[in-house]
Amino acid sequence: MGLDTMQGNNLIAERVMRIIAEQALMEPSELYPEQRLVDLGIDSLGLVECIFSIEEAFGITVPFNANTPDQPGFDISSVGAIIAEVEKLVARQAA
Amino acid sequence: MRRVVITGAGSVNPLGANVADTWAAMQAGVCGIGPLTCRDVERLSVQVGAEIRGFAPENHFAKSKLALLDRFSQIALCAAREAVLQSGLVITDSLGLRAGVILGTAGGGNITVDENYRAVYEEGKNRVHPFVVPRLMHNAATSHLAMEFGLRGASFTVSTACASSNHAMGQAFQLLRAGAADVMLAGGSESMLCFGGIKAWEGLRVMARDTCRPFSRDRSGMVQGEGGAVFVFETLEHAKARGAEILAEVAGFGMSSDARDIVMPDLDGPVRAMRAALDDAGLPPEAVDYVNAHGTGTAANDRTEAQALHVVLGAKAGEVPVSSTKSMHGHLIGGTSAVELLACLMAIRESVIAPTVNHREPDPEILLDVVPNTARRARVDVAMSNAFAFGGLNATLVLKRWA
Repeated sequence: MGLDTMQGNNLIAERVMRIIAEQALMEPSELYPEQRLVDLGIDSLGLVECIFSIEEAFGITVPFNANTPDQPGFDISSVGAIIAEVEKLVARQAA
Repeated sequence: MRRVVITGAGSVNPLGANVADTWAAMQAGVCGIGPLTCRDVERLSVQVGAEIRGFAPENHFAKSKLALLDRFSQIALCAAREAVLQSGLVITDSLGLRAGVILGTAGGGNITVDENYRAVYEEGKNRVHPFVVPRLMHNAATSHLAMEFGLRGASFTVSTACASSNHAMGQAFQLLRAGAADVMLAGGSESMLCFGGIKAWEGLRVMARDTCRPFSRDRSGMVQGEGGAVFVFETLEHAKARGAEILAEVAGFGMSSDARDIVMPDLDGPVRAMRAALDDAGLPPEAVDYVNAHGTGTAANDRTEAQALHVVLGAKAGEVPVSSTKSMHGHLIGGTSAVELLACLMAIRESVIAPTVNHREPDPEILLDVVPNTARRARVDVAMSNAFAFGGLNATLVLKRWA
């Protein structure tokens, strides 16, 4: 992975963390990748808002349906997982 | 207190433009869900819905009248005409003073709103049709029914999202029982299968992309539809005096508020609504022969509703047929419980329980007899119809065979 992509990904991570932190009423610096959204006090409605904010911020469409708990299209199991998924979607969009 | 009976029913919904066609489709397990045809559908991520097919408003209304009628009012008027015709009711001047109409809708004239916002925002027009307000107001359908049939008593519109029609019919029932009227038209209608109406629901991420599969393990959410139903409710005394055919008795009504979450369902609220309705009807839980479930097909509703039914119906909960006809006619939002009461009426009148179609796999968390895919012949004396709205507002009606 080139340096440019690394920096790009860091920016993505930062923006995703900011969005999640805003929902959780926390500072982005308080988040770490292993955290689950439910542990941050983000409920299902908060999750839907996060997804919406992510879509708006990156101009992407996230395959997310609140009815399918295992989310085959988009891993929401942790902060880190969400960042990784967004990175994939952004990369696919750029390709 | 006075007893209340149903003497007429009418409907326009994705399964049919009258009661007979609707019942035939319910008995055949027809699914009315298909590709949406609204403008800009390609910009929607949800592209399925249950549209009313083959309904030509110009066959039912003069052109001058149509200018005043949003689709939700057209549906309500056509349903009411069928119901009043069946009831044989002649609404004289004096009866008109003791007669009213209460309808439910969640979105009112949503298509009118959508079209006119488009005109001023997208097309940059600076002028809209003079009838925009009388078309879009939530009480438009109620007022048109009052005018067409000369109903000059208690009349209003109820808007409690997905429970609107049950709340409306419950109010009509209570007014009649309390002696405030002799005849009421009651039910509801909805028509929001327009770009803005669907786009708003899309945002919640609870919509299925393929079809509605209530109680099925692989369900992926709700599917919107359009339509409604209207019933003639009247006091037993009044119906008997004029020798009317009684279709069923409205036996009980119960409501409750979760007071917890704006979208997530709760166990306690639905339990209390169902218990209140059964208490009101003076019936024990064992008397329930059929439940028309709220059954939206979302992960959360179906699981919670199943739990609530186990609490209310007790040890025999697994043996009572419980179906969600939303699998066939879609979620008609504010009009849905009116069409669902039609399924209850069918169970009592025709001894056929409407199925839950599109069911593929039992959900281990839902231990109910959901009448999967095929209608079932059974004698039903007592039917219960649930409606649990966003906002945690619950309303349950109980119908009883008139012997």
